[in-house]
Amino acid sequence: MSGAAAEPGLLAHFSYFVTIFLLVAGLFIVIARGNLIKKLVGLGIFQTSVYLLYIAPGKLVGGTAPIVSDAYKVYSNPLPHVLILTAIVVGVATLALGLALVVRIREAYGSIEEDEILQNETGAAADDAR
Amino acid sequence: MSLATQLPALQVVVPLLAAPLTVLLRRPGLAFAVAVAASWCALAIALTLAVQVHGAGGTTISYAIGSWKPPLGIEYRVDALSSLMLVLVAGIASVVLPYARGSIEREVPPPQHYLFYTMFLLCLTGLLGISITGDAFNVFVFLEISSLSTYVLIALGRDRRALVAAYQYLIMGTIGATFIVVAIGLLYLMTGTLNLVDMGTRIAGVSGSRPVLAALAFLTVGVSLKLALFPLHQWLPNAYAYAPSAVSAFVAATATKVAVYVLLRFYFGVFGASQVFGRLPMAEMMLVLALAGMFAASTIAIFQTDLKRLFAYSSVAQVGYIILGLSFDSATGLTATIVHLFNHGVTKGAVFLLLGVVVASVGGATLLRVHGLARLMPWTSAGLVLAGLSLIGVPGTAGFVSKWYLILAALEKGQWWLVFLIVASSLLAVAYVWRFVETAYFREPSRDIEPAPVPLSMALPTAVLLAFVVIFGLDTTYTVDPAARAAAMLLGDGP
Repeated sequence: MSGAAAEPGLLAHFSYFVTIFLLVAGLFIVIARGNLIKKLVGLGIFQTSVYLLYIAPGKLVGGTAPIVSDAYKVYSNPLPHVLILTAIVVGVATLALGLALVVRIREAYGSIEEDEILQNETGAAADDAR
Repeated sequence: MSLATQLPALQVVVPLLAAPLTVLLRRPGLAFAVAVAASWCALAIALTLAVQVHGAGGTTISYAIGSWKPPLGIEYRVDALSSLMLVLVAGIASVVLPYARGSIEREVPPPQHYLFYTMFLLCLTGLLGISITGDAFNVFVFLEISSLSTYVLIALGRDRRALVAAYQYLIMGTIGATFIVVAIGLLYLMTGTLNLVDMGTRIAGVSGSRPVLAALAFLTVGVSLKLALFPLHQWLPNAYAYAPSAVSAFVAATATKVAVYVLLRFYFGVFGASQVFGRLPMAEMMLVLALAGMFAASTIAIFQTDLKRLFAYSSVAQVGYIILGLSFDSATGLTATIVHLFNHGVTKGAVFLLLGVVVASVGGATLLRVHGLARLMPWTSAGLVLAGLSLIGVPGTAGFVSKWYLILAALEKGQWWLVFLIVASSLLAVAYVWRFVETAYFREPSRDIEPAPVPLSMALPTAVLLAFVVIFGLDTTYTVDPAARAAAMLLGDGP
């Protein structure tokens, strides 16, 4: 990143802009979409943005893998990668569980649209009251 | 290398290993035996650790996982606060699990019984892990272990609305957890460490910088989602109402409380009170949200027709009290928070166990079904009234002790109007508990409901937890003293 020195305000923080964009875009999809699968997609994007937040600052320009040797002085921090490996596993598990729940919801309600399910539920609530 | 020095690791490892064991055994009876044994084992370990920490000359126990010394290695840390949480979580699990067998026989399809125990043990593992770990990223991992298993447990409810409730909780919970990871990531970027104690000392150098304040904001929102602080409580009522009764009891008594613990740990252990309350108007914000929760949620609770939902909204209101204590930023206020955390956990656990008994007996917990319940099930009704009194904060019950300290903290700050508001919101609690009393005691039982007998395995744990509601109301040696010690430790820790 040679441009980083010239324009520290914008380019040096490039990865953070991408992170924030993905974070907000993901969150927006979760809130704005009524389709349960699309909500999970948004959630996936939302979680992925955090991976970038951790990984990007771990990289140093010209850095190598952390090898103990006199030939290498600058190395990238390996810890964020390990942490994010764990976070990815958590993300996959969450997505899998979410999709499994959507399958069950479709079996029970015959729909994966939020408004239709809510309509269906108000009917069930009326049954309860009776 | 005796076994006693390995207790902090065993605290988490025992339920963690028992969980896959229940899958391998498959027979519900065997899985049940393993789960109960594991939870009792966890309780024994938690009590042993608590004696070591709180006993005469007690010290903080630090355990290096795999002998990798902190701050580089992962540290398990048992101090005055975390040992209290360990006892609460393990204790509630040990009471709920024996109860669960009779309860899920009526509420969960038989092929899923052994998986219920697996998920329950994983949830227990996660909650114990959050309480004991001294590593920021570990908090997130354990948080997700407990959350993912909670989603599954809620989805096991027999009502199809349980599925939607679990899905909603999954979305909200994941957003909360992701916010927490963002906060941990920012803190790691600024301090270069993940060990909470180390982070707490190193943060002094970057105190007040924008990423640290951003981390504080992310953490507050994320944890507030998890602990259902008003207005981020939307997932809670449905989740508690449609989950199997045993799950409602366990989750209501522990999950939100452990989230409060995370908040306390980060606020006072890492950021330090001066940064949290000095740099950002956190105290004012917490105060407003806590009061809003206390009044709005209690008012909504009054208009519920399902008892499980009614007491779920009451939980949101009670979280308000817990956060109110935190917002005082004083030793008495923190003591009130920690005591209420504990006392409300016990009380709400008892309430949902009693509701589980009602569901098992008359087939549901809507107000229509409990007409004249006092005549059909006098003991259960009396128990619910007793637990309700504790929610209101009547002297002689656990709820009174915590409210007393809350009022003391308000008086200490000279905020008389707050004392008035605390008492006023308790009157709302009288109103929603009265809803039950009125239907159960002053209505004729409907003739077509024949209460089924309730097994002793369900009645006994419920009675035990109810007994503790009264014991902690009369004798505060085991609640207030450790809580005061924990509060002093938290305030002393801050930079």
